[in-house]
Amino acid sequence: MRKPETVAESVSQPVSPSSGQGSDHGITAPLTVPVEPVSEVRRFLLARGNSALADRSFSALMMTCAISIFAIVVLIATELVSQSQLSWSKVGFKFFYKFNVDPTTNLPLFWDPVNGDFYALPFLYGTLVSSLVALLIAVPLAIGVAIFLTEMSPRFLRGPLSFVTELLAAIPSVVYGLWAIFVLVPLLREHVNPVFISIFNNPTSVKLFGWTGLVGDDGLFGGVNLGLGLLASGVILAIMILPIIASLTREVMSAVPHSQREAALALGATRWEMIRIAVLRNARIGIVGSIILGLGRALGETMAVAMVIGNAAEIHRSLLSTGHSMASVIANEFSEATSDMHRSALIEIGLALFLVTILVNGLARLLVWAVTRGTPARVS
Amino acid sequence: MKTISGVVFKAFAGLSAGFLMLAFAGTAHAQKLTGAGATFPYPIYSKWFSEYSAAHPGVEINYQSIGSGGGIKQATSGLVDFGATDGPMSDEQIAGSKVKLIHFPTVLGAVVPVFNVTGVSDLKFSPDVLADIFLGKISSWNDARIEKDNPGVKLPNETINIIHRADGSGTSYIFTDYLTKVSKDWANGPGKGTAVNWPKGIGGKGNEGVAGLVRQLPGSIGYVELIYAMQNKISFGAVKNASGNFVKASIAGVTAAAANVPKMPADYRVSITNAPGAETYPISSFTWLLVPAKSADPAKGKVLKDFLNWMLNDGEGQVSSLYYAPLPKSVVDKEHATVNSLQ
Repeated sequence: MRKPETVAESVSQPVSPSSGQGSDHGITAPLTVPVEPVSEVRRFLLARGNSALADRSFSALMMTCAISIFAIVVLIATELVSQSQLSWSKVGFKFFYKFNVDPTTNLPLFWDPVNGDFYALPFLYGTLVSSLVALLIAVPLAIGVAIFLTEMSPRFLRGPLSFVTELLAAIPSVVYGLWAIFVLVPLLREHVNPVFISIFNNPTSVKLFGWTGLVGDDGLFGGVNLGLGLLASGVILAIMILPIIASLTREVMSAVPHSQREAALALGATRWEMIRIAVLRNARIGIVGSIILGLGRALGETMAVAMVIGNAAEIHRSLLSTGHSMASVIANEFSEATSDMHRSALIEIGLALFLVTILVNGLARLLVWAVTRGTPARVS
Repeated sequence: MKTISGVVFKAFAGLSAGFLMLAFAGTAHAQKLTGAGATFPYPIYSKWFSEYSAAHPGVEINYQSIGSGGGIKQATSGLVDFGATDGPMSDEQIAGSKVKLIHFPTVLGAVVPVFNVTGVSDLKFSPDVLADIFLGKISSWNDARIEKDNPGVKLPNETINIIHRADGSGTSYIFTDYLTKVSKDWANGPGKGTAVNWPKGIGGKGNEGVAGLVRQLPGSIGYVELIYAMQNKISFGAVKNASGNFVKASIAGVTAAAANVPKMPADYRVSITNAPGAETYPISSFTWLLVPAKSADPAKGKVLKDFLNWMLNDGEGQVSSLYYAPLPKSVVDKEHATVNSLQ
C-alpha cells in the first residue's frame, strides 16, 4: 500500500494518474479513466466518490441506532436495580407480601412513609384487580367488534367503524381520567352501582350464596358506594384497552385463510358455526396474544387510574372500595419522597412493574407472531 | 481545498472568539443562578425572580418546582445554587449534607378544612374533633362533638367521607404536623410527613383533586391550601386556635401565627402550627429557601445575598397580591442579620 503511493507521488504527480491506481484512490482515479462505454448514470455514481465507504458508515450508523434501544433498556434496568438496592437489602422479597399491623386500629399497615415501613402488596393487588376487571369487560366487547368488522360488517361501515375504534387509542390517558372523574364516577355512583348492590346484597342472594364470600357486606359490592374505586378504574381501563385488543384481534382474524371459511360453509355450517370453527379456532392464539398486549397496557396505565382509584393503600374484597396501583403510587409520591428509603421503595415498585410489563409484552408478541407468520391452520 | 479549509478555520476562530467574549461578558455582568424545590411557593418565587432580574440586568434566576424532596436532595448534593422546601430539613438530612445550608423563611402558607355537608354552609372545628374525624373515630356529621362546636347549625345524619392528598405534598405536611400537635392518637398513629399512612379516606391528586372530590361527594371533608381556596372561592371552616377562639383563615391570621412564635430558633427550623395568640390561625407554616452558608462561587454568593435582602425589603410587599401571607417584622429583622453572615 505504502509503496505504490510514493511511486505515484514521485513519478506521476504532475501527470494525471494513470490506470491501475483506481482501486486505491477512489476519489480521483475514476474521473480520469477513459470512460467511453460507461453510461451517464454510472459516471454520476462514480463521480460521487467511494460508495463502499458510504455504505459501510451508513450501516454502522443504523446499527448504532438499533443498538441504542438495547442500551436504553439495559440502562433503565441497571438504574432501577441499583436505586432500589436500599429497599431490597432491608426487606428482600418480603417487600411483596409482608405487612405490619396497626396497633390502634388492628388493620394491616402496608405503606407508612413516616416510620419508613414499605410493603407493596396493596399496589400489586390494586393493579391486578383493576386490570382483571378491565379484561372482563373489554375482551368480549373487543372480540365482538372484531368479528363484526371482519365477518359481518357491510362494506360502507367497515372503514368508519375501525377508524373510530383506533381513534380511542389515540386519546391521552389524562383526558380519559378527567372524563372518568366527571362523567363515569357519578354515573357509576348514581345508576350502575345501586343495581349491583341490590343484586349482590339482597337477603335472598346472601342466603343462597353467602358461602361464596362474594355477596353481602363483605362481598364484591359491599361497603360505601363512592363511585370511585377499583370498579371505576377497571371500567376506564377497559375503554382504554378496547381498541388495542379489537384492532389486533381483527388483524389476526383477517389472517385466517379464506379457504378455511369456504370449507366450513361448504360443509353446511351456519355463519356462526363458520366463525366459531374456522375463524375463532384458527385465530385463538393470536386473540390471546392481543388480550395479553391489552393487559400490558392496563398494568402500566398511570394517570387515568390515579384519578379514579381512590389512592388508598388498602386491600378490600369489595370492588366499590378504594385502592391503589403500582404506577399511580409512583406518580403520586415520587416528587415529594424525602427519605431515601421511601424513594428506594418506590423505585423497587417501578422495577417490578418494568419486569412484569416486559414479560407480558414478550409473551403477547410471541403469541401474535405464532399466528400471523402463517402456522398451518388446523380445523378439528 | 485549501481556501475552503481556510474559510472554515476563520469562521471557526471567529465563532470561538465570540463565545470567549460571551463567556467573559458572563463573568463580568451576567450571572445565572439555578434553584429547585417546593411547588407551593412557586408562583411567588417566579414573580420575585423575574422582577429581581428586571431590576438587576444581567442576573438570571431559574427556579424548577420539582417538589421539596427533590429540592433538598439537589441542594444538599450541591447540584443547584439554592433549594426550597415546605418542610424543614431533618437532622439526618443536615448531617448527611455535602453543603452547609441555611434555612430562610420566605412566605407563609396555611391549610384550611373544606367540606360538603348537605344544607350546611359554615362549620367550626375544635382541634380534637378535626383529628378524630381524620382518624375515623367520628364517622357521622351529626356526632354530638361536632354539634357542640356548632350550636344552631342543623347537621344531617350523613356519613363522613374523608378526602386527603394522594400525592406527597407540603400541604399534607402542614396539616399532619398540626394534627400531630393537637392529638396524641394522631401522633402515635399516622404521624407527620409529606405522605402519611391515612387511616381512612380517599386520595385526590393535588389541591384541585381534593377540592373536586369534596365538591362531588356529599358528606365529605378534605383540606386544601388557603391560596387555592381563596382563588377558587371555596368556602372553608374555622378552626379553634390555642387561645380557644374559632378563627377562619386569613392572611393576617397566618402572619400573626409567625409573629407569635414564642422562641424563634437561630436556624429558623420551626413549626408554627398551633401557635399561641388570639388572632392566630393555627394551621400555618413557613416555607423556606435553602441557601449555602458559603457558596462555591463567590460571585453567586454575592448575588444570593443581594437577592435575599431585596426579597426581605421589597419582595415581601408583593406577596399579598398572590394570597400568600408576608413574614412578620420580627422575623424579617432577624433574617437580615442572618443574610449578612452569609459568605
